[in-house]
Amino acid sequence: MRAKVHVFLKEGVLDVQGKAVEQALHGLGWADVGHVRVGKTIEFELAAGDKAKAEAQVQAMCEKLLANTVIESYRVEVG
Amino acid sequence: MKAAVVVFPGSNCDRDCRTAIERSTGAEVAMVWHKETTLPEGVDLIVLPGGFSYGDYLRCGAMAALSPVMAEVKAAAGRGVAIVGICNGFQILCEAGLLPGALIRNEGLKYVCKPVALEVTNAQTRFTAGYAGRRQVTMTVGNGEGNYYADEATLERLEGEGQVVFRYVQNPNGSARRIAGVVNDRGNVLGLMPHPDRAFEPELGSADGAILFQSALASA
Repeated sequence: MRAKVHVFLKEGVLDVQGKAVEQALHGLGWADVGHVRVGKTIEFELAAGDKAKAEAQVQAMCEKLLANTVIESYRVEVG
Repeated sequence: MKAAVVVFPGSNCDRDCRTAIERSTGAEVAMVWHKETTLPEGVDLIVLPGGFSYGDYLRCGAMAALSPVMAEVKAAAGRGVAIVGICNGFQILCEAGLLPGALIRNEGLKYVCKPVALEVTNAQTRFTAGYAGRRQVTMTVGNGEGNYYADEATLERLEGEGQVVFRYVQNPNGSARRIAGVVNDRGNVLGLMPHPDRAFEPELGSADGAILFQSALASA
């Protein structure tokens, strides 16, 4: 099974990279762009027969290591 | 008096810390590799130094917080041993859950490297007792992710309990409430972004950092 974890700074935590990218996009003429957030994606293979079990495992990985829930939120895709 | 400096792959202030502790306190300093599973017997002070442990992979301090030695550091924290995390060491302590909050990217996106004036917000901790009567001290910061963040409830609690120990006079990186250093609720774990190890004798521009190491070991 392939797992994808998307990690972003939480709403309310200043995303300075997002802001800088947004300003650069405005500078290139895309004036309609707003609320840019820069995050990261972590992908890996996971040997698990059951999708629900896999999701639970990946969620535990996020809580323990892949995300710092003080500042970050995450979204898990398994399939 | 015995101190230990933990060395992670990518630490780059470990030897500065050793020299700073030796010269300011005369204590014996052991260098402890991050893969060790024991700390020196009877250690009074453990320092997690600055640097870029594990190349700042994933998040600053995230990988180092899982190093084998950190189980021992946590156990020592539980026994009340004095622990100081400086810069990357502060990030590691936050990632390890030994201190509240987190350090995020500097507001101006710039790496900030300069001497900064600090208010000693609480001179009644075991790390700051030697600053009694001093309103301001000077140390150097050097960080790209030194912007202290915690949610409002946590910030209120830290302020109320006197856990904010140092505050920047002028905020260099966007830190919440100008926070430069905090202690845990028990008062034996300190994290700070400014470097006392770069300010331990007048030739370095400031000797104010020496007082921090002296206080930490005097209370042992």
